[in-house]
Amino acid sequence: MAGVAVSTTINGDSVEYLCQPDETLLDVLRDRLGLTGVKEGCGTGDCGACSIILDDRLVCSCLVLGAEAEGRRVETVEGMAHGDSLHPLQQKFLEHAALQCGICTPGFLIAAKDLLAKNPDPTEEEIRFGLAGNLCRCTGYDKIVRAVQDAANVMKGA
Amino acid sequence: MNFDPRYSTRNFASVGTRPIRPDGVDKVTGRARYGADFNMAGQLVGRVLRSPHAHATIRKIDTSKAEKLPGVKAVITAADLPDLTDGDAAMYDILDNCMARTKALYDGHAVAAVAAVDVRTARQALKLIEVDYELLPHVTDVDEAMKHSAPLINDAIFTEGLEEKPVKPSNVTKRSQFGHGDVHQGFGHADFIVERSFKTEQTHQGYIEPHACVASVSSDGTADLWVCTQGHFVYRQHCAQLLGMEASKLRVTSSEIGGGFGGKTHVWAEPVALALSRKAGRPVKLVMTRDEVFRASGPTSATSIDVKIGARKDGTITAAEATLRYSCGPYPGSWAEIGAMTAFACYRLENVKTVGYEVLVNRPKTAAYRAPSAPMAAFAVESAVDELAKEIGMDPVDFRIKNAAQEGTRSSYGPVYGPIGIGPTLEAVKNHPHMKAPLGKNQGRGMACGFWFNFGGQTCTDLNIGMDGSVSLAVGTVDVGGSRASLSLVAAEELGIAYEQVKAIVADTSSLGYNDMTDGSRGTFSSSMATISAARNAIKILRERAAQMWDIAVDDVVWEQGHAVAKGEKHGNLGKLSLKEIAAASGTTGGPIAGHSELVADGAGVSFATHICDIEVDPETGATRVLRYTVVQDAGKAVHPTYVEGQYQGGAAQGIGWALNEEYIYGKDGRLQNPGFLDYRIPVCSDLPMIDTQILEIPNPNHPYGVRGVGETSIVPPLAAIANAVSNAAGVRMAHIPMSPPRILAAIEAERAG
Amino acid sequence: MVEVTLWGSLGAAAGGKNKVEIEAKDIRELFRKLAEQYPGIEPLIDRGIAVAIDGTIYRDTWSKELPKGSEIFLLPRLAGG
Repeated sequence: MAGVAVSTTINGDSVEYLCQPDETLLDVLRDRLGLTGVKEGCGTGDCGACSIILDDRLVCSCLVLGAEAEGRRVETVEGMAHGDSLHPLQQKFLEHAALQCGICTPGFLIAAKDLLAKNPDPTEEEIRFGLAGNLCRCTGYDKIVRAVQDAANVMKGA
Repeated sequence: MNFDPRYSTRNFASVGTRPIRPDGVDKVTGRARYGADFNMAGQLVGRVLRSPHAHATIRKIDTSKAEKLPGVKAVITAADLPDLTDGDAAMYDILDNCMARTKALYDGHAVAAVAAVDVRTARQALKLIEVDYELLPHVTDVDEAMKHSAPLINDAIFTEGLEEKPVKPSNVTKRSQFGHGDVHQGFGHADFIVERSFKTEQTHQGYIEPHACVASVSSDGTADLWVCTQGHFVYRQHCAQLLGMEASKLRVTSSEIGGGFGGKTHVWAEPVALALSRKAGRPVKLVMTRDEVFRASGPTSATSIDVKIGARKDGTITAAEATLRYSCGPYPGSWAEIGAMTAFACYRLENVKTVGYEVLVNRPKTAAYRAPSAPMAAFAVESAVDELAKEIGMDPVDFRIKNAAQEGTRSSYGPVYGPIGIGPTLEAVKNHPHMKAPLGKNQGRGMACGFWFNFGGQTCTDLNIGMDGSVSLAVGTVDVGGSRASLSLVAAEELGIAYEQVKAIVADTSSLGYNDMTDGSRGTFSSSMATISAARNAIKILRERAAQMWDIAVDDVVWEQGHAVAKGEKHGNLGKLSLKEIAAASGTTGGPIAGHSELVADGAGVSFATHICDIEVDPETGATRVLRYTVVQDAGKAVHPTYVEGQYQGGAAQGIGWALNEEYIYGKDGRLQNPGFLDYRIPVCSDLPMIDTQILEIPNPNHPYGVRGVGETSIVPPLAAIANAVSNAAGVRMAHIPMSPPRILAAIEAERAG
Repeated sequence: MVEVTLWGSLGAAAGGKNKVEIEAKDIRELFRKLAEQYPGIEPLIDRGIAVAIDGTIYRDTWSKELPKGSEIFLLPRLAGG
């Protein structure tokens, strides 16, 4: 099959790649561009481990085709920190031990970033429903919710 | 090694603090590399063809069309994994499970595999493999499989553990029995007796990271394997044995692991990936899909359990009996045996008897899942205990306190207990504010206890001191939830230095001596013991070097708070020497300074927990909501309390999913109908409340710091605690897990109909 | 002499006994003598047996001494998660 040429922006950088028409954006990010911070937990949009922000919208990159990224902005976990200074969410996830195995963490961070961009002062319930598309099997979510609450407070003050 | 593992009281400087984990930044920035995040030059994509049938003879496999497809570099079947197990039945079962030999034994059983240049070619190749199956009758239900009329899964299996050797083969592979006293007599003394049958459905560990590995076999007979596993040394042994390699020539590197919970203690895809690589002469990456993870890996047993408990009016239990039937998948296991051992372990019983039956079914081979077998047994027993307390008219917590095991009690599985924490967890629950929180309409509170053994095992640790005085700690247990942080704390504690001065890594199989599987809640228990031992060995050398630097006798040098200190009047004018100063001089005092430890960390202390939960049941739909949840558990000593809390919360959440929702659903055709996270729904953030935790510390006498395992026990009480809460809220006893809305509604309607 | 208690299934392999007396100084000697006296037990030992000495379970430390008068209990070797 002939490849599709795609020009897009990933974490602020212009990127061009060739991909197959049936190739998911998840596979492009991981296998062609080396952005393995984006994880595959199911490949069917059920676990949220591959969450990215596509033009201000939170999506599962396993449900988006690589070709669909043409002319759009993609944001992954790799773009969250600036230099060696972590995003407040990343910092609070560390401080609250909001991760155990850490495989779901990139997806949670992206989903939480999207949540706080749209709702800077969420209630516990809003956080719980806002992150309900991301599965974590280790933590019971308690420390994740607390980390997001704490990060929201820090970001409001900033 | 003259290492004394006995507990002694001490004041801790590092242990018990809550620093940020050393692998944390990599995990929040996406840099950490898990099983599927590793690639090798020239690697191929491996894919596995799986049986769509629950039970079938494999008459013939024709791979010729697949082999001819351009881009296909290797196709393998069982013929490429010849039987080298030399009469080792357990290894043969592992081999057969990796690749079916004569029969497909469950939906999802691997029958062939390919390695190709890309995913698309590999998928196409699978479609070109022709398998000629002869379908056989199947059985997936544990009770059905025990019937004489059930289809036989393996006609070479005769039930073990019977007094008379059976003459006919059976799906029941083993009977086991535990207990003491005379239950018949005990029930004779009872004023109240509760007798009930329970069922639990099969669940999956549900780790978010699918099994993944990259295998590279070289033509010189050496090989590398990168894999997400709970035990890379055990994987090396198993893979080497199955492929006919020398273990030392197979180097296994444990990647970051995206959850295991017991499910990554077994090889499935790894020997297949190695065989593909060997045949293709190129590296092969094999990553399971989620569908494959559900159909072919994991799950826990489905069970059917009968419980009978009798007590006097004053609340003393006089006898307790249980019969436990656990599914093993198509290969023999010892799952009911563990259930039979743990069932009544929380209680002080004069008369107790448990009997376990291991049952073959056409489902995936049962794998360990966090305190394997204990949650189901606890569900049955703790439900009956609650019911009995109600009949007697006693508070369920008081009833349990009255009968709780204590130091000196003969456990239901045999040995006499040392110091244990069941009583203290119950007292803590009795006084917990949760017990006084108001309950509304259709809301119920439940509580339950749980027990788990905890293991130790073979452990090897290296502690190397750099010239700058920083410390590298190489451990061989896998970090499944923050153990590099806790082990760094232990090294810092023992050496008397700052946590930040220690860097812990998980070493590969060629860099460190053998370590057992990271299971049985042993990671922090065992590796901290080995770390303490290694640090003490290093301190011995540090003292010798300091003595050299001062030119005094080593016996005059002691180690205090990270420094060598000269003792005795004649050395009064000598200042302290820091670890850093001694390390800087090491080049001229005898070379590198290191401490090593190889030991068997036996003596893991048993662990107990008591959970409380509040549930609301909608009587119109049977839907449930978890309102409050509290975990009280003995940790012995919490090395990093935040991660101990995390273990408590995570176990509770998995238990909540198991109790309320998760189950393998098989069709009449014996095929799994819900192999995905949409239909096998694990708890999400909006399903749960905050999970409150209380850590008790009753020191384990067999660990220098008193540490007990903490990882598994937290999944034992939830099934029962939630069943008791739902039963209290709905006014009807729930005896079938999961308590999904249709089951709760049916129970409520049956009760209404009388 | 130490008195050794066998769990149910092991007892069946030892001809229905649930307690046996053995002269053994450590776990290794205990297993060797058990296998000599009760050949039916040998395959079970090969598969893995844990020894509880005064309540503490030892899975692998065959050099562990059996103190006189201690309570010795044999258990199946367990799997964990």
